[in-house]
Amino acid sequence: MNQPPTPTSQGSSSPGPDPAGGNPFAQRDERWQIRVRGLNKTFGPQHVLRGVDLDIERGRTNIIIGGSGQGKSVLMKHLMGLLHPDSGEIWVDGIDVVPFTAAEMGKLRRKFGMVFQYAALFDSMNVVENIAFPLVERYNLSRNEIMERVRDLLQRLDLAKVDGIEKKIPPELSGGQRKRVGLARALIDRPEILLYDEPTTGLDPVATKNVDEMIRRTADEFGVTSVVISHDMASTFRIGDRISMLHEGKIVVSGTPQEVLASRHPALREFVETSGLVAPENGEGRS
Amino acid sequence: MTTTSSADNPPEVPPYERRFRTLLDHLVAPILIILNYFGERAIMLGHALSALVRRPFRLRLFLDQMEFVGVGSLPIISLVGFFSGAVSAQQAITALRIFNQERFVGATVGISLAQELAPVFTGLMITARAGSGMATELGSMRITEQIDALSTFAVDPIQYLVTPRVIATTLIMPVMTMVFNIVGLVGAYLFSIYFEHIDLGQFTEQFTYWTDPKDYIIGVSKALVFGLVLSVAACYQGFNVRGGAKEVGLATTRAVVAGSVSILVSDYFLIDAFHILWPYKS
Repeated sequence: MNQPPTPTSQGSSSPGPDPAGGNPFAQRDERWQIRVRGLNKTFGPQHVLRGVDLDIERGRTNIIIGGSGQGKSVLMKHLMGLLHPDSGEIWVDGIDVVPFTAAEMGKLRRKFGMVFQYAALFDSMNVVENIAFPLVERYNLSRNEIMERVRDLLQRLDLAKVDGIEKKIPPELSGGQRKRVGLARALIDRPEILLYDEPTTGLDPVATKNVDEMIRRTADEFGVTSVVISHDMASTFRIGDRISMLHEGKIVVSGTPQEVLASRHPALREFVETSGLVAPENGEGRS
Repeated sequence: MTTTSSADNPPEVPPYERRFRTLLDHLVAPILIILNYFGERAIMLGHALSALVRRPFRLRLFLDQMEFVGVGSLPIISLVGFFSGAVSAQQAITALRIFNQERFVGATVGISLAQELAPVFTGLMITARAGSGMATELGSMRITEQIDALSTFAVDPIQYLVTPRVIATTLIMPVMTMVFNIVGLVGAYLFSIYFEHIDLGQFTEQFTYWTDPKDYIIGVSKALVFGLVLSVAACYQGFNVRGGAKEVGLATTRAVVAGSVSILVSDYFLIDAFHILWPYKS
């Protein structure tokens, strides 16, 4: 689990020139889309990330779990370049993006879409304006082209059947609808990587299940790499292809759901046991 | 204090040097706070102004803000302007009557409105109405991650949110000041003519003789500066909110206080500078 990657061990399949002079991450890797190494971040006296090593698998649903205040959202904001690390490397498709300028980072962000915890829809805009926002800002498309893409997404995310959805403003939407509109806005520019920041927080169990299905369906239908931050263990094991646990500023466990469930790490054991996914161990514990 | 070995401990600082360092800290700390205060706002202003010359140009956002700050503030500016003019006339007549010189009321009110009352009161009204609105809106956008969302779409939040507000407020302030001037003069005129029975000819003659375009240039120039300082104060507070709804409320309060104080303090220095550069005729 979370083995330090080598040029051969993780399925690298794009040889070609190596611009970083032998650095194993400096080439596009067919398996790993994002690779984080030794990421450190402090806020004043708080050392939030303490050398994070993380691999994000291409085309899969990657879940980052961890308790509140462990730095999950901070880590996600680093992936998208919204925060700059004190030290460490973030390789996206074989390019270290940490030294990027603001303009380069702006271009890189087109690869990403982000679904915020509470959707972060713009209050001053209606649903269509919210979803179309990235297209309006980035391209010079006609109104018809934009509306075509917006309506296609409304259809695919089951929002078209909501009465008068196009003209509704964010306060008129339910929690689940807001999440889907947020997802539509993240998807409209066809990103390669979708980041979800605690997408099921504040939702009832039925809405949670619907959002889980939406994430799963989006990953399959749109072929995106999903990175989901969550502390909802039921959701995590329902939709995750790969799970990593952030604890005390480091990734302490990483692997497939089965590998993670078999882990003996005390923080992870406590997490899965208190969530009721597995029975608590007593005495010597299970093997 | 226990000592182990001289190699483990840092060298002892002599007492006089300790006292000197403490004194220096006490002297330097307030200067650093002031520099930090102005520096952070200056950086935001610099960023907002530099964004003006960078694509994309979002004219609609700028016009929206003009409408919010300008058209939206018209009723309150007119109301305050009318009564300020009337009250100024009343005070001027009371004072001038001591010397039997009530005929100068048009000139007195005209000059004080043009140079002082109109820009300062307009600035304070815009701070209370639009400045607080800007701080609350940006603060709410910050805590609901809407500003982060802008960044994820590679949109510069300062360019998108702050630049239109700062430019619109700066440019609309002189217009609103002139509205205040006109409505204030109407108030002064109505009060003087119909309540105090000042001669209409004398009111207008003294006003036109003593009030120069210079007075309006000074007032409008001050209004430009007030628009800039109040909008930067409001945007800075809103943009940098951390926390929840309570912090948004506190930021709004700070924006109104900072905007009002900035207007009054800068007013003193501006009028001083104008009187030095442009001495008043006798």
